[in-house]
Formats: sequence, structure tokens, C-alpha cells
Amino acid sequence: MPNSHQGISRPAATDRLNHDCVACPFCGLVCDDLGVASSAGRLQITKNGCARAEAGFTRLLPEAAPQIEGQNVALDVALREAARRLKAARLPLFGGLGTDVEGMRAVLSLADKAGGVVDHVLSRALYRNTSVLQTKGWFMSTLTETRNRADLVIVVGADLGKEHPRFFERVLSPDDVMFEGSADTRTVVLIGCGAHAAADITGKRIGQIIEIACAPEAIPMVLGSLRATIKGAPLATPAPAGVTEAQLADLAQRAKDASYGVIVWAPQALQFDGADLAVQIICDIVRDMNKTTRFAGLSLGGNDGVASASSVCSWQSGYPLRVSFASGAPEFDPYRFDIARMLDDGEGDFLVWVSSFGPEPAGPPATDLPTIVIGTPGIALHTTPDVFIPVGTPGLDHSGRLVRCDGVVSLPLRGLRHSPHPRTQDVAAGIEAAL
Amino acid sequence: MLIKLKGGRVYDPANGVDGEVRDLHVRDGRIIAADPSAKVDAEYDVSGRVVMAGAIDPHTHIGGGKMTIARMMLPEDHRGNEYHRTQLLRSGTGFAVPSTLAAGYRYAEMGYTAGFEPAMLPANARQAHMELGDTPMIDKGAFAMLGSDDFLLRQMAAREDFKAIKDYIGWTMHAAQAIAVKVVNPGGISAFKFNQRKLDLDESHAHYGVSPRDILLTLARGLKELGVTHPLHVHGCNLGVPGNVETTLATIRAMDGLPLHLTHIQFHSYGTEGDQKFSSGAVHVAELVNQHKNISIDVGQILFGQTCTASGDSMRQYGNTKSAHPKKWVIMDIECDAGCGVVPMKYKDKSFVNALQWAIGLEIFLLVDDPWRVFLTTDHPNGAPFTTYPHLIRLLMDKGFRRDMMQKIHPEAQKASILASLDREYSLYEIAIMTRAGPARSLGLADRGHLAPGAWGDITVYKDDADREAMFTTPEYVFKNGELIVRDGKIIKVVQGATHVARPDYDKSIEKSLADYFSRYNTVSLHNFKVHDEEIIDHDKGSIIVQPTGARA
Repeated sequence: MPNSHQGISRPAATDRLNHDCVACPFCGLVCDDLGVASSAGRLQITKNGCARAEAGFTRLLPEAAPQIEGQNVALDVALREAARRLKAARLPLFGGLGTDVEGMRAVLSLADKAGGVVDHVLSRALYRNTSVLQTKGWFMSTLTETRNRADLVIVVGADLGKEHPRFFERVLSPDDVMFEGSADTRTVVLIGCGAHAAADITGKRIGQIIEIACAPEAIPMVLGSLRATIKGAPLATPAPAGVTEAQLADLAQRAKDASYGVIVWAPQALQFDGADLAVQIICDIVRDMNKTTRFAGLSLGGNDGVASASSVCSWQSGYPLRVSFASGAPEFDPYRFDIARMLDDGEGDFLVWVSSFGPEPAGPPATDLPTIVIGTPGIALHTTPDVFIPVGTPGLDHSGRLVRCDGVVSLPLRGLRHSPHPRTQDVAAGIEAAL
Repeated sequence: MLIKLKGGRVYDPANGVDGEVRDLHVRDGRIIAADPSAKVDAEYDVSGRVVMAGAIDPHTHIGGGKMTIARMMLPEDHRGNEYHRTQLLRSGTGFAVPSTLAAGYRYAEMGYTAGFEPAMLPANARQAHMELGDTPMIDKGAFAMLGSDDFLLRQMAAREDFKAIKDYIGWTMHAAQAIAVKVVNPGGISAFKFNQRKLDLDESHAHYGVSPRDILLTLARGLKELGVTHPLHVHGCNLGVPGNVETTLATIRAMDGLPLHLTHIQFHSYGTEGDQKFSSGAVHVAELVNQHKNISIDVGQILFGQTCTASGDSMRQYGNTKSAHPKKWVIMDIECDAGCGVVPMKYKDKSFVNALQWAIGLEIFLLVDDPWRVFLTTDHPNGAPFTTYPHLIRLLMDKGFRRDMMQKIHPEAQKASILASLDREYSLYEIAIMTRAGPARSLGLADRGHLAPGAWGDITVYKDDADREAMFTTPEYVFKNGELIVRDGKIIKVVQGATHVARPDYDKSIEKSLADYFSRYNTVSLHNFKVHDEEIIDHDKGSIIVQPTGARA
């Protein structure tokens, strides 16, 4: 919250403000224990940063003004022009969607009115999970539950140190855990996580680290072999290269002996054909294990506001993105309304691109379509958009809320400095009002 | 602005008004006594019409993470159930798990002006309120779930001073912006995380050593001493398990006079008699409820068709996954706070078990004497979607219709139920108690659920129709805070209802031990865990009504 008395302390005789319990919007973990100092519009992390947070909070943005075809204009002029051009569109595509809950609410209201399609820049990764959820469902855990309870953690296919830098420190190796004795140290198993993943895993709660090295595209095969081994079924084909049956048997036994096992994956890291199959086998293993002991999955997606976008879209429309409002009612088709595919195949006649996080905010894909960009100043652009409206970043420039990767917890974001730029929600609502 | 509703037959049980012809006057949103000198701005001739306060649903799962999981998981629930955008209304979808805006619209179109989300995990409270914020038309509120959260269980296991436990309950209600407290499978959600698969009333939690009975007594007493109006809202042990009627009876006896609300009691009234080892416990439950004036219930009636069950009870929902239809489900362990289970379900009238569940719910409705202590719910969407309420009302008011419906169910279930012998028909007055006055009184809504001067102008006007299902499906007028929002079952004005909360006094020094707990174990800070007023007011464009609480004992 802006001006929240509990979050700010004000040292005497300086304009430097120190903010505590700051939530970081730059990855799906939304860590909320950061200390941030603000002074003359510059932010500095004083506590609990990571590489992503550092890059995001301290980035220097160019000055920017609303523009129509590259010419600076006043905000209200840009909003009216955006509305005029959007109104002429027959099938506008609302992509990117890197925004907070409030921004997503406003974009959905606009897309509903304009009869457009909504999809997030990371939904290709999201759908590796969603397709499993919609086919068989799953059994999941959350960050705090895993932090206190897990005695076996199996990480599949992700170098978490890169995408979610503080996962190990905050979830796998915290100073205290609630259930000493059962989860005081945990065994960490890495399946196909790359050569460097183990190096990041340190801390007093880390017991044994076991690496099962395999190529990313072999992950479904390894998981399938593990599942068969756990069930005592013979392997129909030999274990994939580099993996021995002894390793699988050892891991199967560890899974059976675990009190609370957690299988962790990051959908954006599973970049190979059939990645949803890997997610499905993970969920199958969890389901099997729960017949005798306790197991759960934990997915670490949620970057760039994708967890917020899919949650808000689900509660407002019934569907987790890839929704068209063109008929006047929400229509869902994860293939047809994949905006990346639609742009490739020449579908849609207008692009509204929303991107307000980063650290490197995702720019719109190259396209010939008329485009409105609602984005962070300095966003990478292939061409000059028809209308560009710079917006603040939630959690730095204005308050807001963000849903965490586990889809359960959401956190308040604070405005830490004065920003000349409007919020995405103001821009979307302004365009809608002018339609 | 003064409006007058002229000549309606008014059913206002909170004020003892049973179908008398009366005029109602509403000035600037509130009901006032007749003032012959005042100029009436709008007059509605409602002669011959049935006039009641706006209906209040005291237990409906409409907002929060488990509902959004259900929405995400079940596109098949939404296809074919689309609502198109209009000049006035946003688009939406959904039958069993409607989108938030659609849920608000459908409630208002049925004459409901308030609905309460009964299972808000404190860890998920922010999202619950965001979803309720996107549920227009009706007032709302939510019950904070306690009883499987590790903080309370640690307090109890350490035999901490009862004062600290009360302070924690009070703190949680403030932090989560709750109006009441619910316990779900007391201790069982936590026990399931330790691989316990059942936890009966006097079984011990494997780690903490406390029993559901201890937890129920602790929370019920705590709420009473905090002066919270709504008693502990209890989803008991062993939901859905044949034989659980014994647990339910023991739970009522265990309370020793402490007030308790037993929710969706239909799911907890099963015996083990007969060839199928599944029988009705309704007679025993109703008998004990009738004897114990400290107990109120809602039924959680099931109605036949496709729906989705969604509950905080991860332990029992995991047990129910074998009945999932379609075959998919989600179970979650959540934040050392609680859990959830989302299991789609299709109740079939030709299934013995489902048919008997249907009959058990109706038996309970008809056997409990005092309509002030039984509320009309389907535990939306667990027993059926809330849009089936008019059908349920007809089942209760029309014994001929009820018998016709009973002919269609599994013949063995017909034989196993005493339903055919129950001639009771609910009156309009009793329906008004069960759907308005009773829930309002139980939840402590000071100015809702009745029509005396001073009450807010939440009013529903029905055409009197012998087909009670048709009557309650399409009210002629619905007023919210004195504004006409629905005419002939169609929304004519969109409003944003308020959020009702209760804020018992608590000693703020409890935050010392909470701050230590949060910093050691949680991945969210204490400060950010709390849902702040401005989130509801500014971010959700809503408002907060703080309902009164009694003095702390």
C-alpha cells in the first residue's frame, strides 16, 4: 500500500525513504521481505535482493511520453486516439498482459467491450500445466507448506537459481522449519536440471543432493521409467541414456520412504515437445504416491504476472486465458486463441500489447498489425506503434496486487516512488471510457 | 428520494409480520415509518404481490482460490452456459461454478441481496475478497477458516493461555476481513498432511495430540467470549462417510450448550443400515437439533445433475476423488494454514446413494421444527448450484410436487426414506425466515433481512404463483438499498454491494508472537498477510460495513 505507515520509516533530515516488507514483482515467487530505499526516484535494494530483483528495482528507464506514431502527445489525446483506432478493429488481440490484478481487471473489461482475444506472453508455458489440470487435475502444495514440511524435493528440468533465484534460500533451506525432525534437512533430487543447477543449492537444510542427468527431451522418459519403477512394473524400454535402473530404484525407494515429498517444476523451463506430458507424469507420480504416503507438486511459473492474468481471467470469464470475447460471450479455445499462433497465421487485425514488468519488459512480437503498446518506458519495439502509452511498474511506481506462482497467495504491491506515468488500469479504463 | 411500495402482502418474520397488507416506504436507501406529509418520488403498486426482505445466502462458495481452481479445471461447465455482454452487463459463463460477475447477476435476478463465502483461508483471503469484489449486485462477506492452521494447533498443543487463543481468533478476523469463523474437519486438514486419513471427534492429531472435540470447544468458546454474533460455523468430521451421523450427534452433545452452527448437515447425517450399508440419520439429527436450542444448521441439499464439490476439507475430498465425475480433481495442502479439494460430481436420481442423499436433506428440512435454526442452502455448488433454490423451495412448500419428484428416484432409496410420510409444507412466512430473517439474525446483520423502519431497503417483490419454483425464480422487483435493480427478473441497474465484517476486540500484543511465527516459518510477512481496508475500498471499488460485536468476556 502507498503511505502505509507500517511499511515505511522516515530517517530525519533526508529525503531517503526506507521501505520494509516490500513485495518484489519480478518473478512468480513474489518474495515480500525486501528492504528498498527510495531517494529522488531511484530505488536501491537494502535487504534480501537477488539478481532479478536487483535488475528490476534499480533499472534506469528513459524518459517517455505518450506518443501517436512516434510524436509526443498528452495522455488524454493518446487515450482518445487509441480508442478511435481500437474501435475500428474487428478482432483486436490483447497480448502481453504483464500487469497486476487491477491492470488485468481493466484489460478484461476493455477486451469484453471491444470483442477481443486475451492471452499472456507466457501462456505457452502456462498451458503445459493448464492442459494437465483440465485433463486429470493434480495434487499440489504451496511455498510455505513445502518450506516447513518437505523431506524429499525432486526438481524436474529447471535451473531454478536462474528463474527463481531465492527459491532455495526461502523454501528449501530456511533458518527455521516448523517440523524439526521430519524436515530439518531434505534430500534434493535434480532430474535433467542442467550441469550447473546443483551449484546453487546450498544451505543448512540441504541434505544429500542427487543428480539424474539427462537431456531435457528425455525427461518424460525418465519420469515414466521412475513411475514404472515405483509401481514395480517392468521397464518396457531401457532407461534413457545416462540413467541407470539402480538410480531409479534408489529414487523410488526414497519416494516411498519420504513423509512429504514435493516434485517441483517450472513450466517455462520445460521447452521441448511434449512438455505437458512431463507435467502429467509428475502429477501421476504424485497421485500414485499419495496412496501410501504424502506427496504434492509445486509449479514455479508465475513470472510477468501470468498467475494474476490467468486467475483474474478465470474468475471473471470462467477460463484461464486464450479467451475470445468476439461473439459477445467468453469463448475458450487454447489452440485457436493462442495469440502467438494467431499473429503467425495472420488472424486478428489489431494488437494491444501490455507489458509493465521485466526486468526486461517483454516487447510485442514483430507484426504488421496496427498496435497500441501500453508498456514500461524503454520497452523493446520492432517498429513504432500506432499509439504508445508508457505506464508505471506495479510494486515500484504504484500499488497493486499480484498472485504468486502457487496460485493461492497473493501479495500487495506498494508504490515506492512518485511516477509520472499512469497505471495500466488507468490506461485501459481510459480507453474503454473513450470507446 | 422517497419510494413507496403500496399494498403488498408483507412477510417480515423478524418483526412478526405474516402476510399482512402493508405499504413500505424507503427514503435514501432505508425503510422509514409512513410519513403522510412527505412527497413520494416513486410509487410501486404491489397489491396482491408477496413482499419480503432481499434474500440472504449464509453459505455459498462464490469467491476464493478453490472456486477459481474449479473454474480453470472445468471448461465443460462453462460451454453452453454463456452469458452475453449487454449494454449494462459484462459477459460471463458457468453453471455449477459461474464466473464472478455472472454469479452476482444471477443472485440478484433471483431476489437475493447478500451471499456469504463460508470457507476463506486466511492465506487466501486477499484473493477471496478480490473475487467477491468482482461479484456485483449483492452484499457479501466471508468466514475465516481456523482449526487446521498450525498457529492455533501449536497454541493448543502448548496449552497456551486461553486469552492468547482468543486474541489470535480476533486478530485473524481482522486480518482476513471476516464476519465469522468456520472450522472444517477440525484438525483433519492438518492431520492429512501428516498422512492421517481420518480423524473422528475424539481421535488425536498425530503431531499435535489435540482432538477435533478440543478444537471445536476452543473455537466455539473463543468466539462466544469475543462477542462474535455468528456461532462457530462447523463443517464436522467425516463428511460423506456412512455412519457419520454418530459423529454429528456426538458433536452436538459435546458442545455443552455453547452455540454452534452445523453446516451442510445433510452430508453428515448418514447411517450404515440396510443392504448397501448406507441409510438416513435424519430422524436422529433432527431430534437432537430440536432439543438443543444452541444449535443451528443449514442443510446443504443435493439436487440431481452435474455440479462440482469444492471444500477446504482436503482429507475428505481426497476420499471423494473416487466418485469424481468427470474423472479429474484437485487437492491442495496450503500454507500451513489449511487445504482444499475440488472434485466435480454428478448426482443421479437413479443412484441409490445420491437419491437417498436427496431424501435425507429433505427429511431434515421437514423434521426440524424451528425455521429460525435451519437455513436454506445447497452448499453451492457442493449439493447443487444456487440457481436451484427456487426448485428446492417448491419441494419444501408443495408436498404433491415433492411426492411426484420422489417417484423418480431409485426405488430402494424411496423405501429407505420416511420422506413420503412427511406431510409438512413450508409456509411463505417460514421460507422468509429460512432465507432472510434467520440468516440475518445468525450472522448479526443489524439492518438487513427485515423490513422495519431503520432497515436498509433490500426488498424483493414476487408475483404470488402457486408454482413456487416459478415464483421464486423471477421476482417482479428487487431493490438494493432502496434502488430498483431488477425488474421482472432482469437487471436494470448494476450496483456494487458492500462487504460485511465483524471486528471483535483483541489484544494487539498477540502480533509479537505472530510476527515471530511468520518470520520463522511463513513465506509471507505478517504485514502483507493482512488484507487492508483500502484494498477492498480502493482496489475493489467496494465498501466495508462493520457489524456490531458483543462485549468481550
